[in-house]
Amino acid sequence: MWMDHPGWVLFGTWVAALFTLGIATFLYKDNPVYKFCEAVFVGISAGYWFVSYFWQTLLPKLGYPFYAGVKTVFVGPAEWGWLVLLIPGTLGMMMLLRLVPKAGWIARWPLAFIVGYTAGLRLITFLQSNAMTQLQNSVQPVVRYNESGQFLGWESFNILLVTVGTFAGLFYFFFSQEHKGVFGRVARVGTWFLMITFGAAFGYTVMGRMSLLIGRLDFLLADWLHLIR
Amino acid sequence: MTNGVNKTFLEKMQAIDRRVIFLFIGLAVALPLLFHVVFTEKITPIVGAIYDRVENLPEGSKVLISFDYSPSTVPEIQPMVDAVLRHCAARKVKIYIMGLWATGQNIADETISRVLKPEFPAYQYGEDYVNLGYKSGNQGLINVILTDLKKMYTTDVHGTAIDSIPMMAPIRNLRNFDLILSFGGGFPGMKEWVLFAGDPGRIPVAGGVTAVSAPQLYPYYPSQLLGLMGGIKGAAEYESEVIRHYSRFENSSHPGIDMMGPQAVAHIVIILFIVVGNVAYFLTRRREAEND
Repeated sequence: MWMDHPGWVLFGTWVAALFTLGIATFLYKDNPVYKFCEAVFVGISAGYWFVSYFWQTLLPKLGYPFYAGVKTVFVGPAEWGWLVLLIPGTLGMMMLLRLVPKAGWIARWPLAFIVGYTAGLRLITFLQSNAMTQLQNSVQPVVRYNESGQFLGWESFNILLVTVGTFAGLFYFFFSQEHKGVFGRVARVGTWFLMITFGAAFGYTVMGRMSLLIGRLDFLLADWLHLIR
Repeated sequence: MTNGVNKTFLEKMQAIDRRVIFLFIGLAVALPLLFHVVFTEKITPIVGAIYDRVENLPEGSKVLISFDYSPSTVPEIQPMVDAVLRHCAARKVKIYIMGLWATGQNIADETISRVLKPEFPAYQYGEDYVNLGYKSGNQGLINVILTDLKKMYTTDVHGTAIDSIPMMAPIRNLRNFDLILSFGGGFPGMKEWVLFAGDPGRIPVAGGVTAVSAPQLYPYYPSQLLGLMGGIKGAAEYESEVIRHYSRFENSSHPGIDMMGPQAVAHIVIILFIVVGNVAYFLTRRREAEND
């Protein structure tokens, strides 16, 4: 393919490197170069998703079957199953009416359909997986033994920690009673567990962001400047 | 040193210009990359569970790998995918590739061209691996293919009829897979696989997610989620385990392990900044109390 030509690969690498540096200039302060790179990125992303959904969803799911269905009516033997496609097609057109200020309210109908469908689909699985199964997983024997009857200290400690954390956390979110006395102290323990959880989540977030930075610097140092590998 | 000079220094420590911090972080990442600082990784049980499951799969087992991510998370997710793909191919299991994200399809194509084709030339398309491509529908798609895969997938990514692909013959729905591996970090992703395939279908689900998403998935482990690779650390652990057991992969790329050096140094720098800022804050407060 023409894109695999070394000249195009080199051109692509330079464009990617310059845009990476352009975005990184924001670390110093907001500037026109950053704004330009940001606008290009947003535009290309929106264009990519539009084209992607058009070719991978709209045409195979609606366009081609609709065309094939209509064709059968004229060429025969006539099939009428395609008529059902008029429903999603119409709902899609109604959604686009958001772009027309006076008819924007019509878009609420397909939105209501999406919300209702999603809520219905997720309700049962959420109840089953996030409520019942999670509850079942939380209620475990605190003292654990292995198959030969040996006490498993570390596993028992972990289960105890989960049990205490779950109860204390639930106490913290119980607002019908004032957080005073024993109730208040347990709720305070719940706060500690929550803080540790937030800290761990933040630590993970830092690791994730660092990975992206490493990925970009690796690209600049290896693929662009050839300083490593 | 006078008290006044000390106070100024402490105040400065509490108000370090963010650009100075950026510079230090940049150096903390760039220098280990330049000097190839690498640490040894020890596999944790949550990652080991995935490795063990793949390792113990009999030859010819069916593994579904879902590419549920976009280029923005490639630095974190791709090392996991590469390592798992190598491991699966080394175990000679049948690999079924699909994606809940439109961008996953292109990444899957690129991964096949970069990893499977050159490193496992004996692996034949249609016999040993197949790319089913992207389908829209998010969790709705999983919900449908849980009972009838061919209702949604009539062709593979190249337009070849599913029924003419030999390795698709025994597949009727998701329950026919021995393991489902999802890689991603957003919606739809691992959570949807657990909720709509793993739990209702009693199918083992595992995979890897971005570090940001990992804490939300820990509650599912181990009952609802077989194992989890969280961020680049999970990838590095899996890579090191694969290399430890399969010496043929020693010379393959292992970006997860390579990235853990800069990662560790950057974390140390961040911790130092937090410590310095806090020490300066408490010393300032104590001096202010003494002066009052």
